[in-house]
Amino acid sequence: MRAGSRRFIITALAVPVLLYCVLVVSPYLQSFYISLTDWNGLSPERNFVGLANYARLLDDEVFWISLWHNVIAVVVIPVATLALGLFFATMIRVGRYRARGGATGVRGAAFYRIAYFFPHVLSIAVIGVLFSNVYDPTASGLANGLLGVVGIDPVNWLGDKQTAYPAILAVIVWLSVGFYVVLFMGAMSSIPTEIYEAARLDGASRWQIFHRVTLPLIWDTVQVAGVYLGIHALDMFAIVNVMSAAGGSGGPDNATQVLGNHLYLTAFQDSRFGYATAIGVALLLLTLVFAWVSLKVTRRDRIEY
Amino acid sequence: MSTLLEVPRPAATTAPPASPPVRERAGGAVLNVFTHGILLTWAAMVVLPLAWAVLSSLKTSDEVLADPWSLPSSPRWENFVNAWTTADIGRYFLNTTIVVAVGSALTLGMGALVAYVVARYTFRGNRAVYYLFVAGMTFPTFLAIVPLFFIARGLGLADSLLGLALIYSVYSLPFAVFFLTAYFRTLPTSLAEAAFIDGCGHWGTFLRIMLPVARPGLVSVGIFVVLGQWNQYLLPLILQSSPDKYVLTQGLANLAVSQGYAGDWSALFAGLTISILPVLVVYLSFQRQIQTGMVAGALK
Repeated sequence: MRAGSRRFIITALAVPVLLYCVLVVSPYLQSFYISLTDWNGLSPERNFVGLANYARLLDDEVFWISLWHNVIAVVVIPVATLALGLFFATMIRVGRYRARGGATGVRGAAFYRIAYFFPHVLSIAVIGVLFSNVYDPTASGLANGLLGVVGIDPVNWLGDKQTAYPAILAVIVWLSVGFYVVLFMGAMSSIPTEIYEAARLDGASRWQIFHRVTLPLIWDTVQVAGVYLGIHALDMFAIVNVMSAAGGSGGPDNATQVLGNHLYLTAFQDSRFGYATAIGVALLLLTLVFAWVSLKVTRRDRIEY
Repeated sequence: MSTLLEVPRPAATTAPPASPPVRERAGGAVLNVFTHGILLTWAAMVVLPLAWAVLSSLKTSDEVLADPWSLPSSPRWENFVNAWTTADIGRYFLNTTIVVAVGSALTLGMGALVAYVVARYTFRGNRAVYYLFVAGMTFPTFLAIVPLFFIARGLGLADSLLGLALIYSVYSLPFAVFFLTAYFRTLPTSLAEAAFIDGCGHWGTFLRIMLPVARPGLVSVGIFVVLGQWNQYLLPLILQSSPDKYVLTQGLANLAVSQGYAGDWSALFAGLTISILPVLVVYLSFQRQIQTGMVAGALK
């Protein structure tokens, strides 16, 4: 080892590792212990209550509603986003494919790529405020304004228990699609054109080409994208906190409540820190289960080309 | 990294494609109209809400309430002045700029240092340090917020812009370390060897040779980190309690609630526009780097 290596390694790592341990590692570790206490945050005393917080979770109606909403999000958001993303990416990349014989992409492909991707760089909080107004219950909102054009009465999008959560899910799909269009266009561009030429010579239809050629060849990317989307769908905190009725209550009547927001309200509104942390641990378990299941389910043999 | 989106297509260039039969060409034209119809519809769905917000920011509150399709009778630029000063969007904007500038600089500095040491030096505990950081990517931040809230208050980091910047930076470290370690490994070892022979010390080699060489990697990580920190919502919400320390996302969400009660819609839309337009300008200037950087970063 070169002279002074040891000292360099220690001085280089000391500050980052120390800060990281104090501000990141220690909170994660502490939270497992706090979830076993009845701590209310106001008093320094915290009594060890064992698994009582976890037992209480089982009887907490709002917890189950939130969990159910998270599960819906984990299914709906990846499926809808991947379907739309693959659809648009295919259309942009191979739209002119028969007309010109090469997978050059439609005219305006660059514009579509730029426009579709843009919502992804905006803050979810900003998008939430924007769509709270788009979904305004009166005819002055954009959504109801569009309905008004075809003569439909205004809908109370975020105030009605039936429409509130679907409306919020739609916003997440809206902002996510563009990212996956760009991702899949990238993956598709690395498929050699000869494969498409051969498929066309064999008389494959558009759908067959997509289903039998494109999709299997980019399956790795689709799979990773699905897991990534699902893990993000488990969050949903910012969008619900900004868009749900009465300043982030998860309302109306918990119709949009998700685990993240339930945790936040339990901790920082009700000061039930022990219990809130137990919700956090449940969320971690859910994340791990989701990642494991989705990797099992989507496993396919990798195709080399 | 740019290879991800721009892979050369040899087949398309070596031989001009044969002309397809006429029947197919006609079918292609119909399909083309259909394709463009659908693609344009989605483009409209993306652009319309944003354009509507910008348009509404130039209206009076009464005009906002009247009709989503009407144009402002005369553009009300004073809405922006109101939003910037009275509604404090200016302060939030400045706060966010400070926090993100300091936060991402700290992320890149610490991230590059840790990544360089882990990638280039063999020592006992090397793997342990690497996995300690990388493990941070798999845990949801939610799990940490309750203890973090109390630790930050205890250390005086809560309700402080620099404190928030420091907390942003350590929560961005796992991604930065992971990405940059991979990057430093790809750089040729001969560079550092040459620097050592020329009498550079360890710090000199890192600062004067390796950091400049790693610039492309730092830029990619930087774009990802800046955007992530600019858009952060959960951490400021729990840590910043006094309104003069709010960041933009938090301030805007707060404004949405208060302006809703006050009926001051034009200031709210002006605030929204102020939050969107700078991001749009940066995005349009660097869209290729941003797209490649984010797509590559997300899938690492």
